[in-house]
Amino acid sequence: MEETKKRELMAFAVKIRMAALEAIHARGSGHVGGALSIADLLAALYGGEMNIDPRDPKKPDRDKLVCSKGHAGPAVYGALALRGYFPYDELRTLNRPGTRLPSHCDRNKTPGVDMTTGSLGQGTSLACGMALGDKLRGLDARTFLIVGDGESDEGQCWEAFAFAAAKKLDNLVVLLDWNKRQLDGWTDDVYPMGDYEAKFRAFGFDTAKVDGGDVEAIWEALERTRKGEGRPFAIILDTEKGHGVPEVAEKVMNHSLPVSDGEFERWTVRLQAELAALEG
Amino acid sequence: MTEIVYTGELDPRLCKSVLGETIPALAAEDPDVIYLDADLMSCIGTGKWAKEHPERAVNCGIAEANMIGVACGLASAGFKPIVHTFGPFASRRCFDQVFLSGGYAKNDITVIGTDPGVTATMNGGTHMPFEDVALYRTVPGATVIDVTDPACLISVLRQCVDRPGVKYIRVGRKQYARVYSDSADLPIGKAVTLREGKDVAIFAAGIMVHEALQAAKTLEAQGIQAAVVDLFTIKPLDAEAVARRAKETGAVVVAENHSRHGGLYSAVLEVLAENCPVPAACVAVEDEFGEVGPQDYLQERFGLTAGHIVSQAKAVLARKD
Ligand SMILES: Cc1ncc(C[n+]2csc(CCOP(=O)(O)OP(=O)(O)O)c2C)c(N)n1
Repeated sequence: MEETKKRELMAFAVKIRMAALEAIHARGSGHVGGALSIADLLAALYGGEMNIDPRDPKKPDRDKLVCSKGHAGPAVYGALALRGYFPYDELRTLNRPGTRLPSHCDRNKTPGVDMTTGSLGQGTSLACGMALGDKLRGLDARTFLIVGDGESDEGQCWEAFAFAAAKKLDNLVVLLDWNKRQLDGWTDDVYPMGDYEAKFRAFGFDTAKVDGGDVEAIWEALERTRKGEGRPFAIILDTEKGHGVPEVAEKVMNHSLPVSDGEFERWTVRLQAELAALEG
Repeated sequence: MTEIVYTGELDPRLCKSVLGETIPALAAEDPDVIYLDADLMSCIGTGKWAKEHPERAVNCGIAEANMIGVACGLASAGFKPIVHTFGPFASRRCFDQVFLSGGYAKNDITVIGTDPGVTATMNGGTHMPFEDVALYRTVPGATVIDVTDPACLISVLRQCVDRPGVKYIRVGRKQYARVYSDSADLPIGKAVTLREGKDVAIFAAGIMVHEALQAAKTLEAQGIQAAVVDLFTIKPLDAEAVARRAKETGAVVVAENHSRHGGLYSAVLEVLAENCPVPAACVAVEDEFGEVGPQDYLQERFGLTAGHIVSQAKAVLARKD
């Protein structure tokens, strides 16, 4: 990967973090941890990997994103605002009466959101249907499906993964946000799910496991999903819940947090400095 | 002794804290009580206790349908499961398991669904059940409760542990207006008259009890005497009390934090239609999905305020002959 592209994506990831925090802080609290852990992934997807057009958000042959862990909405909204799907200032309307930006992703409210999610597990089957639909219509488009590791407790996920393999959905890319934490704490304490890569392989997926905080590694793994060979893809992203904001990442219970003015200020200053270093 | 201590003030206790204390207390009293949750222990403050008592508390991960099945299996082994998750996941998400593995197979379980209706606030439409009561009412032999306040929560939870059938308790995690004294004993299936009145009967449940009492005050100032009856047990409904109050007043308003289809309004209308068809109206959610926002906004948005009750009371009075 070219150094300039890499820096561009790294800067985009920092901006997504700032945007998500902007939205959550404006509201006072929200799902901080799980939004921050997918910022680098979203940077790679919305920073070039996905075939999309912000001026034509419903273009049929676009690549699609299902953020099945719908509570990470603020991160998705950050990426969409930065790509011009709606004004950046609108981020501050998160969860306000009548907003287009609810805490959980809603395809009927937000320009650029491809699927409604929030009830964990349901996005996985929806993504299968979307990928199958594109195939049946002969469209050359991929569906990217972000799944939480806690979310993967849901049996529906594994019904969907079996379906994807059975129906040879090689235009489906499962992106498992392996941040090792769910709402009640560490997944290994709450509900250990074992070796994801082995599980996906056993289900008939092509798999990769990458550092989910490294845009270059994510980019390279995504590149390999461009040409399907009859099997769906699963990329296990080794991530950290709260990544990019040490004060958040250090808190074990960082699923949903209040964000004070002081914290927002400190975190933003830090991210600004990172951005300046990348762009300078 | 049950005293009505309503002043309109909030009870200082958060219902999540009440759950976090009552569930361990029930487990301490009865070795057969077992608590299951789906990754939401920290939302009702049971996490610490659960860690210390792994044999009494099972975190089932985010897999609600499986959790209900496991609870039912435990019930068949003589345990008395208390199961918790958010309302939509305690109802819609696992309904067939509740219906068959629970109701039909006669495995007795207590299910607590938190943040019903508009109390789901910032979690938005996907987390805002306006239909959980409707679903649970259709399970033969089920008990369905919409909690009034912390004292009510403690009283019904204690009774549910040993009560046969599937029991569903919907309760918000935050504060409620205090209605009952601490030691309240509120027998399941018995309506409680909170206020006498001869002109119109307001039947309410859950957060709408407070709104109904406020509405009754406003109506009184306008010369209308409204009776307010707490129907925290939606099933089995106190049909006798409903019919009696309806006959006495000749006009009924039902107030619920739920869809107008299939919940308390439907339950009351079923009684009225067969016993005393008087004019009736509801303050409930129309045929709509939920949405995100603060609770006061949502109550206005979906028409669930004292003001709406006042209007409906007047409308129904106008239809009285
Ligand atoms: C079906 C369902 N059950 C429960 C919840 C409540 N809930 C929201 S997020 C969450 C934890 C999710 O953990 P994970 O998927 O690992 O997300 P992350 O840690 O990345 O935020 C839970 C239990 C829900 N939204 N949907």
